[in-house]
Amino acid sequence: MMRVAEKAKSEGNIKIVEDATCTFCGCLCDDMVLTVDVDAKKITKAKNACVLGKALFLNYEEEDRPFALIGGKEATTAEAVEEAAQILANARFPIIYGMSDTTCETQRKAVGLMDMLGGTIDSTTSVCHGPTGMALQGVGESTATLGEIKNRADLVIYWGGNPAESLPRHFARYAVTAKGMYTPNRKKDRTIVNIDVRHTKSVPVADIFIQVKPGADFELLWALRALVKNRHVDPNIEKKTGVSMKTMKDLVERMKNCRYGVLFFGMGLTMTRGRHFNSAAILSLGSDLNEYTHFIATPMRGHGNVTGADTVVAWQTGYPFGVNFSRGYPKFNPGEFTATDMFVRGDADAGLILASDPGSNFTQAAVDHMKKIPMIVLDPKYTHTAKLARVAFTTAHYGINVPGTAYRSDGVPIELRTCLDSKYPSDEEVITAIYRRVEQLLIAKKRSKGANNKRQKAA
Amino acid sequence: MDKTMILVPGRTTKQGVGLIDSKFKKDYREATTTVEINVEDMARLGLEDGCKVKLRSADGVVTVKCTGRRTEDLPPGLMFIAYGPPTSKLMGKDTAASGMPLSKHLEVELKRVS
Repeated sequence: MMRVAEKAKSEGNIKIVEDATCTFCGCLCDDMVLTVDVDAKKITKAKNACVLGKALFLNYEEEDRPFALIGGKEATTAEAVEEAAQILANARFPIIYGMSDTTCETQRKAVGLMDMLGGTIDSTTSVCHGPTGMALQGVGESTATLGEIKNRADLVIYWGGNPAESLPRHFARYAVTAKGMYTPNRKKDRTIVNIDVRHTKSVPVADIFIQVKPGADFELLWALRALVKNRHVDPNIEKKTGVSMKTMKDLVERMKNCRYGVLFFGMGLTMTRGRHFNSAAILSLGSDLNEYTHFIATPMRGHGNVTGADTVVAWQTGYPFGVNFSRGYPKFNPGEFTATDMFVRGDADAGLILASDPGSNFTQAAVDHMKKIPMIVLDPKYTHTAKLARVAFTTAHYGINVPGTAYRSDGVPIELRTCLDSKYPSDEEVITAIYRRVEQLLIAKKRSKGANNKRQKAA
Repeated sequence: MDKTMILVPGRTTKQGVGLIDSKFKKDYREATTTVEINVEDMARLGLEDGCKVKLRSADGVVTVKCTGRRTEDLPPGLMFIAYGPPTSKLMGKDTAASGMPLSKHLEVELKRVS
């Protein structure tokens, strides 16, 4: 039984939950007012929600699924915990992957579990802004909260992202039409620039749209860095990037002369040729501009608590993702300890997927390996990964049934309020149960090994 | 006739709403199996709205439905499709020691199948 939100008013079977948080995307809008029909177990209104938030809340229905499946057959949660613990305790190179749609409290337990097992832990960051996580270790970042950006930024540049469709309230809550302390006239007090390879649905809100050729973001960023520092730039850059020198110089002047600028960047930079070099280039451009004015460069994050995953793994291990514990201490090595690579190479011999669906999102070679090894899945929904898993747990939905903490994309922790109870356990409860059972199995294994050694010595 | 194009997978509202409901339902499948192609490219390749095309990358092949987009929205040579199982099949498997497979700007060969 889950704890119900404290900030709720009830009248008959109708409950109003104020300041609930939508966990669909990294905006983590915490101003939802949910109307809940307690008897029908349905959310009937979601005031302030965007189209994605409305879909999340209004379509929410606890599916009547088995608590767990083992080999596709119905099982209890306890039986599935035993099976999962046996798989993990007997694995030589297990991995936990996912974690971007669950609470920080669960993420913390997952790190503990992999630490004990000497395996690998990775989050969806590795196929999202992982390259940014690598870049900022090299070049640093000039950053701020979204609240500060809302109040101060008068030049907002979106690069390689489409928030109108992926973070629908980003414009209204934080950066375009939001009323800020020093931007009281909303959009009139800001200049909005959009840089992309195509005309997305985010372009109409922009005052300036710059269309860059696919695969030329790094070159454009580097040219802008050079122009900011008044260096010579080869005119051939126009042909390479598809952007005229006049447009580049105009943008540079705007950037140097604004009061407070921000570069929001998306996966158009991290998922394309250049990856972490692109992220490093835009972070460096943001830092360079601080010689002239105040400038921020910050990633836009997709999943509700992917920033929490980075934060929790970093505070526990020192690294944000792709961490291995097999030597008894944490090691960070993207490409070696990241999920795609471990599955594609066939390194992982067991996997625990926490609140993610790599069976649908990963490259075919990775999925082919997942089908060969025992996989464990925790998810409120039946997913492509659950279909191929040896053990599949049905868990309660964080932010609707389960309270806890999630980190907004700017690193601000937000408390989640619940609105409906669930008969299913939370991710945290399942991971904790697996942890306890694995601990027992590892102790028993160690004792048995010790006894065998003694017998061998005696013989 | 095969034609090499650049495929940009990305998020869309329809795909986002669809995945909240279920990835096994029609809305999500429809959203993730429709590729947008520049109308001039479509005319040149003899494609019409709704016809099926095969997309082949170095790592996989998928069959999807196509729909036209104006040149102002999508330049010639570029195609767009919402993230989903088909785009995952086309993604690269090599992460160049970064953990991130190339998932956007994929070079694909396009061929009409119906």
